[in-house]
Amino acid sequence: MPPFQALLDEYATDVMGVLRGAVGRTDADDCFQETFLAALRAYPKLDNSENLRGWLLTIAHRKAIDHHRTNGRKPLPMADPPEVAVSDPEFREDGIWAVVAELPPKQRAAVALRYGSDLPHAEIAAALGCSPEAARRSLHEGIKRLRKELA
Amino acid sequence: MKASLQRLAERAEAEGLLDVAYANVDSPFGPLLLAATPRGLVRVNLPNYDPAETLEELAAKVSPRVLEAPAKFERARRELDLYFEGRLTEFDLPIDWQLTHGFRGKVQRAIKRIPYGQTRTYTEMARSAGNERAVRAAGTACGHNPIPIFVPCHRVLRSGGGLGGYGGGLPMKEELLKLEGVL
Repeated sequence: MPPFQALLDEYATDVMGVLRGAVGRTDADDCFQETFLAALRAYPKLDNSENLRGWLLTIAHRKAIDHHRTNGRKPLPMADPPEVAVSDPEFREDGIWAVVAELPPKQRAAVALRYGSDLPHAEIAAALGCSPEAARRSLHEGIKRLRKELA
Repeated sequence: MKASLQRLAERAEAEGLLDVAYANVDSPFGPLLLAATPRGLVRVNLPNYDPAETLEELAAKVSPRVLEAPAKFERARRELDLYFEGRLTEFDLPIDWQLTHGFRGKVQRAIKRIPYGQTRTYTEMARSAGNERAVRAAGTACGHNPIPIFVPCHRVLRSGGGLGGYGGGLPMKEELLKLEGVL
């Protein structure tokens, strides 16, 4: 098993990017912490170290969904407050990802996993805890809506 | 991202999930990698060894929960700086001896007790560890010291007065002995 820090070095940026897409910038760090603490807890007993990225992104999406559940039907903020003191060019939320951030949670997660993390449908389904069919539907609905928004 | 990672290391430690913390620390000889468990300093990687290999060794032998946590090494960094300036003669950090066993472990613990500015021979170390005839094994124990500098194997010399060996290279051993006023 590689030292856990190697996972952070390689995938922390991906995980943060996906979480910013899934829960928005303000709450992404909390989900990031929960994701990596859960991963750290499970890591020594992990059987298979072949797809560590997929494993981390799966945990991230469970945490994002937990987050949406805890927040219930609370409406998503229209726009996150600007972070004047932080300049983080990697994660600019303008352009298409700003529109993705406005999608309903499942669609948003499906789009972020497919196009942000390049996961296949089966892994998206695993991450979202639904059937591959339902994952495909969420993705499809999300893309349809994006097309409309961006048209 | 840096703040998130620092927060993660702190939370991991608070939840008992930080089994091995490590940090890179500058020295006059190049970057050192220090690694510690909750019990103490467990491994020091000298500049001429690959730190990535050392981290893999720690993941295999101690725990794969290895995280970079520079904030945990403030004191070690301060002590090292003072030592290299010649203003500190005894390190005061707890040591975790788990990477050392048996006769080697005894030799390495005996090395830890050699005072600043003094030297011992491999034969004397064999004797201190309880087997005067195991001189070669004592030499091997010095060569496999997991915590060099803090466990001062550079203070162990050959009986005839020769420098013997050093994992960090002989020039480094020589410099350390000069620093301590031996050479």
